[in-house]
Amino acid sequence: MERNVVLIALFTALIAALGLVPKLTLASGIPITAQSLGIMLCGTILGAKRGALAVLLFVVLVAAGLPLLAGGRGGLGVFTTPWAGFYYGFPIAAFVTGLIVEKWNRSNVSMVAGIAAVIGGIGALYLVAVPYYMVMKPAGLGEAVLTAMAPFMPGDLIKAVLAGLITGALYKARPSSVLSRADAA
Amino acid sequence: MISLSSPVRTRAHSWPAGAKLAALAVATFVLFLIHDLWIMAAVFAFSLGLYALPGGRFFRAGMERLKVLWPFIAILGVWHVVTATYVEGGEILLRLLTTVGLANLVTMTTALSDMIAVIRWLATPLRRVGLNTRAMELAIALVIRILPTLIDNGQRLSDAWRARSPRRPGWRVVVPFTLLALDDADHLADALRARGGFLENKET
Repeated sequence: MERNVVLIALFTALIAALGLVPKLTLASGIPITAQSLGIMLCGTILGAKRGALAVLLFVVLVAAGLPLLAGGRGGLGVFTTPWAGFYYGFPIAAFVTGLIVEKWNRSNVSMVAGIAAVIGGIGALYLVAVPYYMVMKPAGLGEAVLTAMAPFMPGDLIKAVLAGLITGALYKARPSSVLSRADAA
Repeated sequence: MISLSSPVRTRAHSWPAGAKLAALAVATFVLFLIHDLWIMAAVFAFSLGLYALPGGRFFRAGMERLKVLWPFIAILGVWHVVTATYVEGGEILLRLLTTVGLANLVTMTTALSDMIAVIRWLATPLRRVGLNTRAMELAIALVIRILPTLIDNGQRLSDAWRARSPRRPGWRVVVPFTLLALDDADHLADALRARGGFLENKET
């Protein structure tokens, strides 16, 4: 119990700390930050339940007014834009990512974590964020894909690959550190 | 850690946080029902007026917060110019600025402790069904305590990397960073358990 609560709090802080990593700017002009990498890592490392709770705590603390988002942003204003579906989708993304890593435990960790990050951290996330955007803006599907999905897609793909590599490296360094696997074994 | 509430005291600071949040929810909902550019512009001007009430310093700090919206405004602006839907675009941009502006206003005038009290209140049904919400409250405190330590660790790892390599520390640093953090988590969990851990949920 204590360990789980500490792990959840720790990964919440980790997502915030990753937001401080200097951001890259892609060719599309949209800055990408390591923050959504943190969401994916919560799933691949902590597993479904703890990962989702860590991300949920992160989102709640941002809403409460802690400047935890990249660039020291936060507060309720974040949650009223049409793009807010991403924040609502974050815990679900971590849950799906974690679930895949937990269930699919016979193959190479890097590969499984990478694929899980694509399905959970991108697929599940956009499945929440894009319809939310279509309702809240309001927009059609084509517009939503162009203005809410396409700008973030390249960065998210890079981060999914990194999430796979990092999880694999952690597993190699110390197998027990990848808890989504350790608990299943 | 510094929260995003404004150091400039306003009258709204002493209003109950729950009421401010409820008012914000209603205002945001109503804004989605308005489909008239001029009414929207008036509401936007009104919200700017609210920012100006506590004085220049508060106003500038508030506008600084709204600046982060510009990439989004740029994306929307380009879309509505390309599709030649100017009125609809103006309406959507004004709604975006107004809803974010009002929400930000609540954040700026509400202390972190008041917000956490609201979260605690929202968790009441969970306590009713027997869940221990003290774990959640402790987790909030832990995050605030752990974050500076994590940032420190990250800084030291990047320095160590720079001392050995001419290249910038890349994503590889995240691996030792996470390992260090997981070690700290074990120590922290032990320390918590040694001090009694989470007592049973006695309060209601």
